[in-house]
Amino acid sequence: MQHDAPALHIRDLTVAYHRKPVLWDVDLDVPPSVVAGIVGPNGAGKSTLIKAVLDLVPRTSGVVEVFGRPYRRQRRLVGYVPQRETVDWDYPINALELVAMGLYRIIGWCRPVTAAYRTRALEALEEVGMAEFAHRQISRLSGGQQQRIFLARALVQDADVYFMDEPFAGVDAGTEKAIIAILQRLRERGKTVFVVHHDLETVREYFDYLVMLNMRVVAAGPARDVFTSENLKRTYGGRLTLLDRAVDAIGGSSS
Amino acid sequence: MIWTSLDSWIVIAAALAGASAALVGAFLVLEKMSMMGDAISHAVLPGIAIAFILTGSRVGGPVLVGAAGFGVLASMLVHVVRRSGRLDDGAAMGVVFTVLFAVGLILIEQAARHVDIHPDHVLFGSVELVPLTVVEIGSMVIPRGVAVLAVVLFVDLVVVILFFKELRLVTFDPALATTLGFNATWLHYLLMTLVALTTVAAFEVVGSILVIAMLVVPGAIAHLLTRRLAPFLLVSVASAVLAAAIGHVAAITVPLRFGFEDTNTAGAMATVLGLLFFTALLVAPERGLLTRAWTMLARRMIVRTQDVLGLLARASERSDGDGLSVNEFRTVHRSPFAARATGLRVGLMLSRIRGFVRREHGRYRLTERGRAAARRVLRVHRLWERFFHDVGKVGLIDLHPAADYLEHYTDAELRDELEKEFAGTDTDPRGNPLP
Repeated sequence: MQHDAPALHIRDLTVAYHRKPVLWDVDLDVPPSVVAGIVGPNGAGKSTLIKAVLDLVPRTSGVVEVFGRPYRRQRRLVGYVPQRETVDWDYPINALELVAMGLYRIIGWCRPVTAAYRTRALEALEEVGMAEFAHRQISRLSGGQQQRIFLARALVQDADVYFMDEPFAGVDAGTEKAIIAILQRLRERGKTVFVVHHDLETVREYFDYLVMLNMRVVAAGPARDVFTSENLKRTYGGRLTLLDRAVDAIGGSSS
Repeated sequence: MIWTSLDSWIVIAAALAGASAALVGAFLVLEKMSMMGDAISHAVLPGIAIAFILTGSRVGGPVLVGAAGFGVLASMLVHVVRRSGRLDDGAAMGVVFTVLFAVGLILIEQAARHVDIHPDHVLFGSVELVPLTVVEIGSMVIPRGVAVLAVVLFVDLVVVILFFKELRLVTFDPALATTLGFNATWLHYLLMTLVALTTVAAFEVVGSILVIAMLVVPGAIAHLLTRRLAPFLLVSVASAVLAAAIGHVAAITVPLRFGFEDTNTAGAMATVLGLLFFTALLVAPERGLLTRAWTMLARRMIVRTQDVLGLLARASERSDGDGLSVNEFRTVHRSPFAARATGLRVGLMLSRIRGFVRREHGRYRLTERGRAAARRVLRVHRLWERFFHDVGKVGLIDLHPAADYLEHYTDAELRDELEKEFAGTDTDPRGNPLP
């Protein structure tokens, strides 16, 4: 791992669904050891950005590097927490088994989940305050509890860079606090965490780095520098500002 | 009922077909791709036809390979059609499998006119004919169909055991599988290959329509009964085997009893599976419809009884042991419960059945046993009032309804915690004693 390299480096990333661009020319350089929020209006491409980085949706163009090397070669350094509703919570599996899934890469193909791995999964459950629910089927957990075990599953991966897609969606206040505490502990251990986030009121409190996204990167940098009303307007007034700038551009070229 | 070795072989063949279909079908159910079994079971027909044209044989390795190839091709085509045609799963499958099935029919029509493939056999299978074609393996003479099915079940078992963890991962969370470096696509097609292989092998026994029942229904039963993957697979396989045995017995006995000829085993088997499913739907622990209705009823009965006990406990604080008449029940505390005649009557009846209350001269009095139970109800009620008043800062006027509700849902563990919390206290917020 090259420590002088950015935790995440993105150059010229474009993603299109059926020729309609969702992300356009994204450039990003995010330093290690930050908790980075990704904010923007609905349809801004926040989830798509994460999925494109993780090779879950095809990229039309662009380069993604993690600590200076292509993502594909750095997979083991990267952990992912998908949106909660992407999985079937009626699946016959308990909390411990779900968390142990985070260890499957370490366990390797065709080898069973042994007691030693189950112990590690249990420790992760303890870290998120869910140890007593280890043997409960996942549909019998509340939304906040489900989010916590998702987080525990990411923790056991022991990654250096985490991508979390709306971990605060539909969780109770206690869970939100618990998740924030864990994110801060991760940062103290030198990890980098990306969090897709919706609640602008908590941005300053939760994140030390911010990516403001609306199809393009409107602003990215330390949260206290880029979280300005000017940038917010440019991010959330998306189409309007694009139009303004188009008008500017036309005006500029004709004069 | 006359049972011969033919019957035993029929049951064994049906059980093997059912078990292997249930095992791989369980993963289709979990992946929410059940109808993929439908699609694949039809789409393999061109593979069977081409293998026949090339080798002249309707059975054996080439047919399995051809069918498996077309099964995987079908699942790939479904994927492509869904993506580029912007269709949902169902429409994509409908397009792919009907076209492939039609192509298969044309191939068979043109090249294999003389082959004995009857529509009946395609639809219902011909498990009754399985014992008639035998092969010798070492010193054993067993029906060829049974040998093929045994091999397929063995292959299914080996793959499922070997890739148990990977199949669980990819059917639960394919995105995580990809980020962990497990090739979700590869695993998906491995599963589709198994489905195709199993479908073709089971095809001969249960037919193309009933094979879908064998793929899907056992998984649906397991979904109602289990909470973890290994039991899920076991219940799936067990219900298929059970259906095979019961199905065949039913096929050769039930119609005779009503003066008909015995019927098709595969049809009976699928019917039995359907009955098993509906039984599970009704009486599955926790999730069954009847189970849930019963749990609610039992809960309501407890609540009614406790309401009666609570009112009698309060009454006996004033006029010790005198009890209450039905009219006094309605008026004394203006309790919303007692105002409803049916609720009160049910509560009184249940309390008498349980031996908590006895009736003398139109008045209801607590028995010795009832006094202890009633004290407990009232004590818990007042402890909750204490809790809401002291901890929740709830005003006096609002205390009663909340406590009235919670007193019914307080188990021994919660009661202990309440007792611990208010160990030194002996009155409720209004100054009434804790009994």
